[in-house]
Amino acid sequence: VNVLVAAHRAVHVAAGAHHLHGPHVDWVGLAPFVALSAGALIVLLIGLLNDAVARERVVPLFAITTIGVTVAFEIAHFHHHASIISGALAIDELALVLDLIIAVAALAVVLLSWRAVAPGESGHGEYYALLLFSVLGMEILVSSQNLVTLFIGIELLSIPLYVLCASEYRREGSLESGLKYLIIGSVGSATLVYGLAMVYGATGSTDFATIGAAVSQGKLTGGVLGDPLLLTGVGLVMVGFAFKASVAPFHQWTPDVYEGAPTPITAFMATATKTAALGVFLRFFDVAAIGAQNKWAPMLAALAAITIIVGNVGALGQSSLKRMLAYSGVAQAGYMLGGVVVGTQLGIEATVLYLMVYLAMNLCTFAVIVAVERGSPDGDDISSLRGLGARAPWLAWPMTIAMLALAGIPGTVGFIGKFQLIHSFVDGDYTWLAIVLVLGSMISLGYYLRVVATIWMVRMPAVLGGIAGRGVNGGPAGPGALAPIAGGSPDADLDETEWPSPERSVPYPEVVLVAIVFGGLSVLFGIIPSPLFHLAEHAGNAISGIF
Amino acid sequence: MTLSILIWLPLATSLVAGRLPRAWIGRGAALGSLATMGVAISFLARFDTGRSGLQFVTNKVWIGALGIHYKLGIDGLNIALILLTTVLFSASLIWASYRDWDRPRIFYLHFGLAQSAVLGAFCAQDLALFVAFFDLMLIPFYFLIGMWGTGPDRVRATTKLVVYTLVGSFFMLAAAIATGVLASDQHGTPLTFVLSSLQHLPLSKTSQEWIFLCFAVAFLVKMPLVPFHGWLADGYKAMPVPAVAVFSGILSKVAAYGFLRIVLPLFPAATVHFQMLMLLVALLSILWGTAVAFTTNQARLVVAYSSVAQLGFITLGIFSLRPQGAQGALLQMVNHGLVTAPLFFIVAALAARAGGSEDLREMGGIAFRAPVLATLFLIVALATLAMPGSSNFIGEFLILLGVFKAKLVISAIAFTGVVGAAVYALRVFIGAMHNRVGPHVLSHDIEWREAVGLVPIVGVILVLAFYPQFVLKRTEPTVKASIAPAQMLSGDPPSARALADAGWTAYAPLKVASTP
Repeated sequence: VNVLVAAHRAVHVAAGAHHLHGPHVDWVGLAPFVALSAGALIVLLIGLLNDAVARERVVPLFAITTIGVTVAFEIAHFHHHASIISGALAIDELALVLDLIIAVAALAVVLLSWRAVAPGESGHGEYYALLLFSVLGMEILVSSQNLVTLFIGIELLSIPLYVLCASEYRREGSLESGLKYLIIGSVGSATLVYGLAMVYGATGSTDFATIGAAVSQGKLTGGVLGDPLLLTGVGLVMVGFAFKASVAPFHQWTPDVYEGAPTPITAFMATATKTAALGVFLRFFDVAAIGAQNKWAPMLAALAAITIIVGNVGALGQSSLKRMLAYSGVAQAGYMLGGVVVGTQLGIEATVLYLMVYLAMNLCTFAVIVAVERGSPDGDDISSLRGLGARAPWLAWPMTIAMLALAGIPGTVGFIGKFQLIHSFVDGDYTWLAIVLVLGSMISLGYYLRVVATIWMVRMPAVLGGIAGRGVNGGPAGPGALAPIAGGSPDADLDETEWPSPERSVPYPEVVLVAIVFGGLSVLFGIIPSPLFHLAEHAGNAISGIF
Repeated sequence: MTLSILIWLPLATSLVAGRLPRAWIGRGAALGSLATMGVAISFLARFDTGRSGLQFVTNKVWIGALGIHYKLGIDGLNIALILLTTVLFSASLIWASYRDWDRPRIFYLHFGLAQSAVLGAFCAQDLALFVAFFDLMLIPFYFLIGMWGTGPDRVRATTKLVVYTLVGSFFMLAAAIATGVLASDQHGTPLTFVLSSLQHLPLSKTSQEWIFLCFAVAFLVKMPLVPFHGWLADGYKAMPVPAVAVFSGILSKVAAYGFLRIVLPLFPAATVHFQMLMLLVALLSILWGTAVAFTTNQARLVVAYSSVAQLGFITLGIFSLRPQGAQGALLQMVNHGLVTAPLFFIVAALAARAGGSEDLREMGGIAFRAPVLATLFLIVALATLAMPGSSNFIGEFLILLGVFKAKLVISAIAFTGVVGAAVYALRVFIGAMHNRVGPHVLSHDIEWREAVGLVPIVGVILVLAFYPQFVLKRTEPTVKASIAPAQMLSGDPPSARALADAGWTAYAPLKVASTP
């Protein structure tokens, strides 16, 4: 919004007074942001039309077009570094690659929302416009080179999400989710802004480059504690970011919010928000604060390790798929945070690579959950996946691939992503963090394999929700405790129900398309990972000057 | 013809077979497996026996950013195991194709994927590629057990198996990456995972030690040897017969092969450092496996635990760090694969005659109406107990000879395992075939669909019994080169040729650092 205001003012000045030299506006650099804002406003207007077809069809189509145009502008920017709004936003490869990840997530989410309940209840125009504004906030965030744009970005991404979480407002869970996110998000934002103020106070600048120079010139090296103001500031900023990226122990909101929010929005939060939050981690810690890396890296490494363990252990007992994925997302945030910790170009590349990998795996998973929960009385409970392998192979295969990828099995992108992360950890002398990652992956097998087992190895009970039902619920960790998988009671396994034959019709083609595309990509890039490595390398090169 | 064809043919044919009508899928997959065996034989025919280096090398850059190559090759270490893989998979698939399976498309697809992954693991000459194939080959078995396994606990068993093995594999993954990164750090060379390059970039002794332990955990879980065998009983009990035949016959060998291919050449100093530990683990496995094998009444578990003992022998041979021991180990890998797979088919045939039970107490007197089956069983049983005249005898003899030269006491205790093998093998044979006729036994002679998997393998056992040189001759130079660095460091100078084959110059500094 601020960008828009600035842009408007510039136009006015330019048009009204020829003799005045208005500030130079780099319209080319601003194009993606302008396109997104304009698209969001138009989407909002179309949503006001009376015609139901216009609202239900044209609005999402236009949202897709908007994202498409934005992506086109971004791709055109590749290899053209630009620094716009007096250096407050950097349009470099890191920003562009992250923007693309966010845009792909948004595209998929529009498809997942196409026939969902949420847009219908909250109004199609409003729903998609909020989504686009949130995307705008993320794109500002990952480009930010200044504390002010950073904060604007983070607020612009969060506020629409608070509303979107509550967009199924007739469902209690959705409202609860929105409210919870609002309150905890506000606490996070408050912490963040407090930290930003301290960083500003200590360094006298809001600009990352100037802050970076001040930090590396030794402001932190005086005395044992360095500069307490700056150190506190950096600490608070870390906490603020940690709330957004759901890094333990600031992750408590994640499972509740993910579970309650409409599933497409959960998918959006899980992928796009995480990308933006890790992008800002990279921007702030590996650019502005890199000079003090020896001070914050141990703190952040400890957070990463805790996050990996808490996330993976938390996911073990979950029966709701969305809660499970929330915890799994927490764990993955921990893995990626490790790439920030090492503070090397390789670390940045590994994080960006994993973000892409993570996008593919999660969008595939969430697409399957959207499809399954629409046709199941159990909602997103893991039991609704029973017999999916026989019922709906077109959903079962992508889900299986996504779960194996999340577990890091070779032949999938998950393996490549973890490989590169471990590589960057060992290379950056954080071998112990690599071991924590490995331990986390071991724990994660417990819940990812449970999903695969439910899909392929548990028969559909003859009567849905019958006595044999709900076998795959919870239960503590460890292979020994996984006994009830085979359907709860031993009878469930012995019942001679035939495997159901595949359903003839595909109920939600656009959702299935998302699942198949991202499942396919998870395998394709697992076998031919070079394109991902190239993109990640570009992103890493963008800020390589500082190492 | 490149090795890629050999590796990917099983997966490709199983995908094609999936398009056939239901009744033909199994036959299609079996044909594909036979075709793979044909390809493997063509490689064997063109194999240059006298050389120790890699042959038929395929080398392409897979992930340039990480220096990972898609490098495949055959040498003395893997030629026999590749052939064994194709033989056992063909036999298992033929055996399976005579039976009706639920959801056959996916069943044979998993089999094809498993064979491709195993062949890939044997052929891989890049550390990262090996790790990838090693992990990948487990996944089809997860589904094979969970979807077609027997018993109410199959899902629990398969989860346990996969968690156990993948836990080991993840340690190996971290260790493999560390090997590449540390080697490039310590020598200032670009990152690479190609084994032949890594061999010339020895790590410092401290790095070698923790990396060795990570690899050892992965391989010992996969085999399994004794402290890591928790998944074994449940896993083997739940597996469908063709899956357990190849799992026990081949997958455990990949782990033993990993020691010879990766651990001994790359981490010789750590190998010597942990030699005693590994020998003790192996010895414990021999004693434990033998003891359990002659106390359990489950026929299938007798075979399973005898495998533990046999793999103990194989590990013993490898870590004797003597050429005879390692050669015996490699021969024994082939021998064990050839006896364990038919034993599982025989157990299935026995169970079919004993009212479906695999309990020895329910069997008995089966030989009376099944002379051919009894003969086949006797041949396999005698091979299992390493009867003089069998190839297993030569294998165990060489292993014990190697250990005798290295550590006399261990060798003396390990001899009891040879005696124990006779006890459990004969106990199963007598218990099932002779004795009083079991309560539900309805015996009849071997059926065509039982013979198809069994007879060819028994044929191979007999051929190998007369001509074990077939394996020994082809493997000798490579095995000697593979253990040469570790052998040198353990204080027993290997032959000049083995040293030259191993690229001895690279180990010169290490020798100085760790000679006692």
